Amino acid sequence: MREHEQQRNGPGGFNRRDFLKGSGAVVAATAIATAEQEAQAQKAAAVQGPGKVDVTLTVNGKQHKLSIEPRTTLLDALRDQLNLTGCKDDYDTTSCSGSDTVIIDGKAVYASTRLAIEVQGQKIQTVESLRDGDKIDEVIAGFVKHDAMQCGFCTPGFVMATRAFLNQKPKATLEEIQSGLGGNICRCGTYKGITACALEIAKKGGA
Amino acid sequence: MAERTVSWGPRASNKLIGTETTRLDGVDKASGSAKYTADMNQEGTLYARLLTCKHASAKITRINVEPAKKIAGVHTVYLFKNEGDDCNWDGDIVAAVAAETADIAEDGVRAIEVTFEEHPHVVDEQDLDAARKAEATKEGIVDRTVGDPDKAIAEADVVHEGYYGIHTISHMCLEPHGAHCTWNNGDDGPKLTARHSTQAVSTTGAQFATKFGLDATDVRVICNFIGGGFGSKFAADEWGWAAAQMSKDTGRPVRLMLDRATELKTPGTRPSGFAKVTLAAKKNGLITAWKSHHWGTNGPQGGTIDGNQMPYVFDFENKRVEVTGIKTNCGPNRAWRAPNHPQLCAITDTAMTDLAAKLKMDPIDLYKANLGQLDKVAQENGDLYRAQLDRAAELMEWNKKFHAHGESGGGSVKRGLGVALHRWGGQSVKCEADVRLFEDGAAQVSIGSQDLGTGTRTVIAMVLAETCGLPIEKVTAKLGSSEYVYGNPSGGSITVGSVSGGTRRAALAAVWKLLDKVAAKYELDGKSLTVGNEAVWSGDKKVCSWKDACRLIGSVPISEVGASPLDDGLTSKLVGGVQMADVSVDTDTGIVRINKMVAVQDCGLVINEMTAKSQVYGGLIMGIAYALSEERIMDNKSGRYINADMENYRLPRIGDIGELVVEMYQPDSEYNRGVVGLGEPPVISTGAAIANAVANATGVRVPVLPMTPKRVLDALKGGQA
Ligand code: FES
Repeated sequence: MREHEQQRNGPGGFNRRDFLKGSGAVVAATAIATAEQEAQAQKAAAVQGPGKVDVTLTVNGKQHKLSIEPRTTLLDALRDQLNLTGCKDDYDTTSCSGSDTVIIDGKAVYASTRLAIEVQGQKIQTVESLRDGDKIDEVIAGFVKHDAMQCGFCTPGFVMATRAFLNQKPKATLEEIQSGLGGNICRCGTYKGITACALEIAKKGGA
Repeated sequence: MAERTVSWGPRASNKLIGTETTRLDGVDKASGSAKYTADMNQEGTLYARLLTCKHASAKITRINVEPAKKIAGVHTVYLFKNEGDDCNWDGDIVAAVAAETADIAEDGVRAIEVTFEEHPHVVDEQDLDAARKAEATKEGIVDRTVGDPDKAIAEADVVHEGYYGIHTISHMCLEPHGAHCTWNNGDDGPKLTARHSTQAVSTTGAQFATKFGLDATDVRVICNFIGGGFGSKFAADEWGWAAAQMSKDTGRPVRLMLDRATELKTPGTRPSGFAKVTLAAKKNGLITAWKSHHWGTNGPQGGTIDGNQMPYVFDFENKRVEVTGIKTNCGPNRAWRAPNHPQLCAITDTAMTDLAAKLKMDPIDLYKANLGQLDKVAQENGDLYRAQLDRAAELMEWNKKFHAHGESGGGSVKRGLGVALHRWGGQSVKCEADVRLFEDGAAQVSIGSQDLGTGTRTVIAMVLAETCGLPIEKVTAKLGSSEYVYGNPSGGSITVGSVSGGTRRAALAAVWKLLDKVAAKYELDGKSLTVGNEAVWSGDKKVCSWKDACRLIGSVPISEVGASPLDDGLTSKLVGGVQMADVSVDTDTGIVRINKMVAVQDCGLVINEMTAKSQVYGGLIMGIAYALSEERIMDNKSGRYINADMENYRLPRIGDIGELVVEMYQPDSEYNRGVVGLGEPPVISTGAAIANAVANATGVRVPVLPMTPKRVLDALKGGQA
């Protein structure tokens, strides 16, 4: 169940489709909608859906044309349409563990918090871009070296968060790493290895 | 190896066993190539979403799924419950809808018309009086007196009375429970393939088979990777059956994963326990009596934590233990990493530490004074605790840093130390390993067990490679399919022992067969030959390379199945373990920060030092979670689980764990006793150690875990230990 959506509007709830085609009054009634979101929703409602629409995503340097409902999240588009299952779905909606972290225009983003139609034209990078056969990104190598994983479910998301963070702060300090990677959650308890990996790369000035 | 006995090699001769070896599937996991249950994008897959009950207690008076079925793209609806059925907690599953996309499935869920008749509920697990008033208790689950505790208390030098508790937590697997099921209506292959997120690849197939009237051999269960289970993923579960049924009905593969809220509410929780404890002791710290009455809930069943193991690790001549369960409209319990132990420890070791404070003793000295009074299981650990306490104290710099209870000096931030200890069984169980050597030199082990993240795949590869004298890259290790030989379910910290014992036994038998072939060819005595460095040796003379040796195998591979456990010294049971915490408590805000944690942990022979340590780090971090932030919060009025999401179910982040120091305790005596499981023990004493450090820092016992800022401030206001 998309629990929170239901709670906000009582039985029956509302969903992303309602959100997109909804009147300003409906959107304004939700506590979390900002004026900007409202404006976007109005705009989207005018031109998109409710059936499938053509969407073009630029993922890992390649253009992909999809025919999907406008309410499809980036996460579902990547996972179910493009089979890029490295970004993991933790099946939460309003909040997120970061297991679905991707990089959009250089910034770490939870893929479940964006609609696919919103990110057209933006550069989307998934964890799959960090491996080409035996050739792997230094962050992946560091995660393996420091055993920064157990079950591995949070791991690709953490790899992407680390990659984006080190791109921005190649010489990060321990304190910066601890706050900069605070947006992701690991249930198994692999933070020590992740910290060691990020710190090792930052100490030599990035990778 | 030359004498051909089944055993581990001399410790010094090992090339791989005991080293820090990175995991074989590390790159696959970190790069996202590893496929979990929800990653199977089979052509035509349908996606399922769930309708759950939002009431704590209710009867379904009407349910109509037809409007859902009418939605374009919805293919089928599966009913977990029907009209007239009861729902017993918020999150109890009512129905599943399978559709072309997850969004359409959600439309379907919303379209189901369902009405409930609400009933009164009980969700408060802490207020015993209220539960009794509501007639929700099960009294006398344990009611046992040994010796004469009242007399011992009357005659004691010191008596301590305290209140302690620990709330319910959820498993919160990052990959929710679920299955991707494919029903096969063709003639070939198994009827049902369940890609199931499971800790029990070899045993869940039968549960699917029974449900659908199939032979167990008609069901294949696959789980190459699992995103956390912690004791909650042993069954096929009704959602697994639902996925299979919906696949059967539609002729399409069906993916059904629990949504996050349901994941937290329904497939398992760790029961709570709250206790009144009385301890009596002599001046020298020797405890003469224990009395406890504890209560709590495990959901609708009305149990709580196990009273038969109270007090924990220690046992006293005079004791009285009473247990009351509370039947609540909360989600049911399932085994959670070291069932009962963290709660028992958080009640026993906290009370003992408060007693030490009263006696003005260092708690380490109090534990040591009572090592002659270990319970029957822990007794077999002998003097282990003394050695581990000393080593942990060294690593923590305990003697330098320790101060008396509450005497951390001025300032609003108080610093303190705490210690606790634990025990666990970890004995291996029935498991087989299928080892094959091929004429091209390939060596493979396969087992129908699974890797929960503990590094099982890497461990069996290390054992095989060590036994064959090969580098680890040259062997193959396979897990995660019910089509392999029987592998143990992973619960109770038994996997590494079970799989490595079987692998060693099979690999030795296979290598001996190979050596006999080499001996025949070179006219040598097979028993005099050994393997190592990718070659066969007679003493220090190389006979031939591994590859040349394997050429003698021919087209029929050497195959050997080895079984565990056998009483042959490959595996053993029982571990101890000591943990210490150094914390800072901000008495203005109530925030507790971890400065440093120390864990000294034995587990017999350590196969992979790296993944073993990771396991202990993970235990410490999970322990920090339930000590400081993690709990299920029930709203008494609505009866609902109000923090069932990633944001409000508070888990530590990367900056919240302080410095973690882990030492695998492994003198030769540990190596010699063989492999013992490790998964559970490191999470047991963490909570108690942290709670004790907070008490030492502030001079005030925060009685109930997790020690959220509010509970810390409340305790500071109350002001008594
Ligand atoms: S490794 Fe399991 S959640 Fe992070």
